[in-house]
Amino acid sequence: MSTLQTIASLIYLISAVCYVLGVHMMRSPKTARKGNGLSAIGMFMAVIMIIIEVVADGKITATGWIVLIAGLAVGIAYGVVKARKVPMTDVPQLVSLFNAVGGGAAAVIGIFDYLMKGDGVALSLAFSIPVFLDVIIGGITFSGSLIATGKLSGKVPGKPITFPGAKILNIIVVLGMLVAAWFMIATPTNIWFVILGLAMALIFGLLMTLPIGGADMPVVVSLLNAFTGLAVAFAGFVINNQVLIIAGALVGAAGTILTLQMAEAMNRSVANILAGGFGTGDSDSGSAGPDVPVDVKETSADDIGLQLAYAQNVMIVPGYGLAAAQAQHEVAELATVLTEKGINVNYAIHPVAGRMPGHMNVLLADVNVPYDQMKQLDDANPMFESTDVSLVIGANDVTNPLARESGNEISGMPILDVDKSKSVVVIKRSMSTGYAGIQNPLFSLDNTQMFFSDAKVGLQDIVAATKQYLDD
Amino acid sequence: MSEELFTNLAIFVLSLLVGFEVMSKIPATLQTPMMSGANAIHGVVVVGAFVIAAEANSWVFYILAFFGAVFAAINVAGGYTVTDRMLGMFDRKPKAKSEGDDSK
Repeated sequence: MSTLQTIASLIYLISAVCYVLGVHMMRSPKTARKGNGLSAIGMFMAVIMIIIEVVADGKITATGWIVLIAGLAVGIAYGVVKARKVPMTDVPQLVSLFNAVGGGAAAVIGIFDYLMKGDGVALSLAFSIPVFLDVIIGGITFSGSLIATGKLSGKVPGKPITFPGAKILNIIVVLGMLVAAWFMIATPTNIWFVILGLAMALIFGLLMTLPIGGADMPVVVSLLNAFTGLAVAFAGFVINNQVLIIAGALVGAAGTILTLQMAEAMNRSVANILAGGFGTGDSDSGSAGPDVPVDVKETSADDIGLQLAYAQNVMIVPGYGLAAAQAQHEVAELATVLTEKGINVNYAIHPVAGRMPGHMNVLLADVNVPYDQMKQLDDANPMFESTDVSLVIGANDVTNPLARESGNEISGMPILDVDKSKSVVVIKRSMSTGYAGIQNPLFSLDNTQMFFSDAKVGLQDIVAATKQYLDD
Repeated sequence: MSEELFTNLAIFVLSLLVGFEVMSKIPATLQTPMMSGANAIHGVVVVGAFVIAAEANSWVFYILAFFGAVFAAINVAGGYTVTDRMLGMFDRKPKAKSEGDDSK
């Protein structure tokens, strides 16, 4: 090892330590931002070190520099602008997009090194196996994550997309991948082999993601994120760089755990989600079962305003509908109006409220809702007993008392005990079912009133009405 | 098995274990930022983009190196920026600090 190599190895080791500690710190809200900062410092050190190595090595051509700098400039400009400008509601699809290009970069590295070997060269298994895995996994995450981005942003229909012959096509693609594996791993290099492998991976990514419903996408994005970590680790084997191996494996493992936790919070198994065909997350079919009690009480913005104005404790229960209608500003305004008059306002946030676990907290924090007003499930549930008005906005399944009974789709899912509060007001566009596709008996309880409206418009009316009563 | 491969494999396996260990139960609030933060970390693939650009010597390889650089740079720069933005929101807690500090 030359002196420079020794220094480089040490710097990469330190940067790897930064990633591990960074992830560790991100487990707590207090240290999360510092953790991400620490991980960024580690990244910065690794980049500086590779620049020094490339310069010292001196093999890079002038065109190589131009290509590299131009590529980095384009990528950084695009990434930073997107990341700064994106509205908080659209963060999930942006993360998925960043994940797609990460997988793409890993695949490109594998393809590059494979082709660099020249045509008709016999490969050692120590090289050919990681190259194959890098290209395949990178390709799957690239196309899969792009579809996930499209589904989350509505550019690709959120409903599960299936077509006749999909099963057969799946089998063909898997066989194609095995053929590619054989040619890439066990036979001398040939450009067509790597093209075949990449093509199969890209098609597999599409086929894997298309049949999955929009509401399951967060789990899929998280899973593909873990995949990208593995692809990057294999790219590390290919170029023999240990910081890629460490960071990639770290993300692969941590991403897997995160995926399992997300699926658990949604009361679904990962296998079940990947099988696809379940729910869209924005169902408006309203194909209600016949056993539905539809005798609900409707109410008006004016009446809700009156109830809120004379309440002591108000609990706001935000859900997917709130995020979809982008009504977080209106909610925050209502809460401000109420708290100014000394009414206690809290938010009961179900782990899977919004488009992703924890997404609702981000949306509310964005509109300056104080962190201590956001109550997580376990803290919120004991508070419903003493709540005068629970305002359920665009949430459905997470409040469904059926979850306490057995024998239905959501049995056993932890729910918010909204029905224990003195009065429940549900703001919803229609009587349609939620993501799980089952009716919610909460809506027909004696203490429940329904207000059929778009969350944003409805809340504006409620704010106006509440102000009027509070000012009297 | 070469010594180099064995070292890399050992590092890979141990890093996986560290990843499993460091990621025990995290609050739902932080799951989205955590996913985004992990996403930024695999932006380390940008180091690989440098490595291949340094070896490129014909147009096919320059094109691949260019795409590698663009993709990796988006991942790493965008990933850290958006994660920091999300987490920054938890930082500014206006709490009941009387008036006049909601300047942002």
